[in-house]
Amino acid sequence: MSSTASNLPIAKAITAGLRDAMTADDKVLLMGEDIGPLGGVFRVTDGLHAEFGSQRVVDTPLAEAGIVGTAVGLAVRGYRPVVEIQFDGFVYPAYNQITTQVAKMHNRTSGAVNLPIVIRIPHGGGIGAVEHHSESPEALFAPTAGLRILAPSNSQDAYWMTRQAIECEDPVIMLEPKRRYWVKGDVDPDHRPELTPWQARVVRPGTDATLLAWGPSMPLALESAQAAAEDGIDLEVIDARSLSPVDFPTIAASVRRTGRLLITHEAPVLGGLGGEIAARISEQCFYHLEAPVLRVGGYHLPYPPARMEHAYLPDLDRVLDGVDRLFEH
Amino acid sequence: MSVFRSTIPDVAADEPMVQLLAADGTRSPHPEFDAVLAGSGLATPERLRGYYRDMVMIRAADLEATSLQRQGQLGLWASALGQEAAQIGAGHASREQDYLVPTYREHGVAWARGIEPWRLLELFRGISHGGWDPNALRTHPYMIVLGSQAPHAVGYAMGLQRDGVVGTGDPTTDASVLALFGDGASSEGEVAESFTFAASFQAPVVFYTQNNQWAISVPTSVQSRVPLAQRSRGWGIPSVRVDGNDVLAVLGAVRSALDSARAGNGPMFVEALTYRMAAHTTSDDASRYRPAAEEEEWAAKDPILRLRRHLEQQGEIDEQYVTRCDEEAHDLAMQLHHHIHGMEDPDPVRMFDHPYAEPHPIVDAERAEYLEYISQFEDEEERA
Repeated sequence: MSSTASNLPIAKAITAGLRDAMTADDKVLLMGEDIGPLGGVFRVTDGLHAEFGSQRVVDTPLAEAGIVGTAVGLAVRGYRPVVEIQFDGFVYPAYNQITTQVAKMHNRTSGAVNLPIVIRIPHGGGIGAVEHHSESPEALFAPTAGLRILAPSNSQDAYWMTRQAIECEDPVIMLEPKRRYWVKGDVDPDHRPELTPWQARVVRPGTDATLLAWGPSMPLALESAQAAAEDGIDLEVIDARSLSPVDFPTIAASVRRTGRLLITHEAPVLGGLGGEIAARISEQCFYHLEAPVLRVGGYHLPYPPARMEHAYLPDLDRVLDGVDRLFEH
Repeated sequence: MSVFRSTIPDVAADEPMVQLLAADGTRSPHPEFDAVLAGSGLATPERLRGYYRDMVMIRAADLEATSLQRQGQLGLWASALGQEAAQIGAGHASREQDYLVPTYREHGVAWARGIEPWRLLELFRGISHGGWDPNALRTHPYMIVLGSQAPHAVGYAMGLQRDGVVGTGDPTTDASVLALFGDGASSEGEVAESFTFAASFQAPVVFYTQNNQWAISVPTSVQSRVPLAQRSRGWGIPSVRVDGNDVLAVLGAVRSALDSARAGNGPMFVEALTYRMAAHTTSDDASRYRPAAEEEEWAAKDPILRLRRHLEQQGEIDEQYVTRCDEEAHDLAMQLHHHIHGMEDPDPVRMFDHPYAEPHPIVDAERAEYLEYISQFEDEEERA
């Protein structure tokens, strides 16, 4: 098992989580494109091929449906496959397998078969990439019953969510914040966190409004809270952490205290996960709300070319503008 | 001559078809498969009588299922009439330790694996999405999104490799996987990807296509420019086309391929030429797209009649056995009839039972909401 607490970038925290999971359970194996000797295009599996060999760190053919589909068969046989999809925009060839097979096999077999599969997807934009490398597809998966979705935003969560997703008997999609892969943070692999991976975390207590974000948007959320504080607005910031299930009780408790909720995510606002959260919170906290639940996110567009993405992605000004609008009511 | 070359000299060329039993029951020798059949004990007179009985039984269950659909007892039925030899043969060609991965029209395969027909009908009645434990019966659930099951078969085979039960030299414990799909599903990308994975990793899997000529209303010629058996060869997967209405050819080819795969020689592909005698499902009308003459032509190649003729010619079957099979088949149909007519609908709250393996707050909350909602009506009933 792993050593001691250390300061690791998110990518390396995931590597450590994978290594410790593979050491703890020899049924855990990794599959994906270029994850072997290369260590993955983001180097998340760096060193694992040398350590565990090609039977447990499998460089697959370039075929996402085949990767996820063979993971299903391995899981039926008793393995715990961890699949890497190279980029968010490349998950769609596997969409059929994920939604009709991975999500439904347990239900289809009346509970006889569990599919403990983890599908790791580097997600989100802001990296100056070409098309299909910057997407936020959480709303395409969150409504599919049978799937769970985790979105770590920091190194400690990245390590433990990796471990706990692999231990989970249900399939879990891990949306890894690719533009934060190299942001460092403390990781304590020796002490299991008190919070389950399915719970949201209040990362900054506040009294005037709640700001909800997840994954790659968390630094922006905290930065926004700091800037708002300079304007005399005390924001409570919540890291959703789990996008399926969403921890509605923690969000609702916060909104009952603050009376206002702003949600920010990189995915388009239209049909985004923020819409479902807004609807539920409006219903559950109706008499506590001082303003409508507002959302700041991407536009109803294909993700734009890199030189325009700064205008598409939520930034400090857009979030603060959203905060101001919360107080116009 | 062009620099472009094909490994297949002429795309229109016929692929030879292995046949051991002609439509009139005449037996032809086939050195390779005869050796497999002799060595495996799969073709003793007793076993052949057993396959005859199996085919008669499953056809009776199939016809009864169509009746049950007409009586409103099933939402839908996908008949496998005409494919009995292709299915009973493949099912019995597999060994106990093998894992089978079917589509939704593998009633004969299921029968051969010991899955009772009423379990299949659960799915078509709408009691559950699948009526058996795949690991206990070593048979994957029926697959409706066609082609999606093929990579599952390959993945399972990759698991067998990692479990060390491939290529040890002991065919009684070494295992392989049989991936079943039809001519239509063979066009799915996931089947192509499965060929790639299986070939690259030399996985112990046999791809088995029952080419029943029709994907609902579209003929096989639209699915493939070349005979299906030739497709896998581009992946380096050896293949053979057999007469799918000939139970001996199917047994020989599938057992041979599965044993090769379990020995560690990588994947193989078997195309069984057969015919879907009935419409695609009870919702389909085959007269809109295929000529009656074609159905008559294939009726003359009936797999059950063929085996019976062969056994009669060999003096291995008598009138008494045939009659007893018919009686047992009738009894099975009656049992199915009564079983399905007597089947109670599940309590709808059971739909909340298995979306997840671990507790899920949203599902739990919605189950509670549902129960509270319906309890109002129970209260009203009590008052009334």
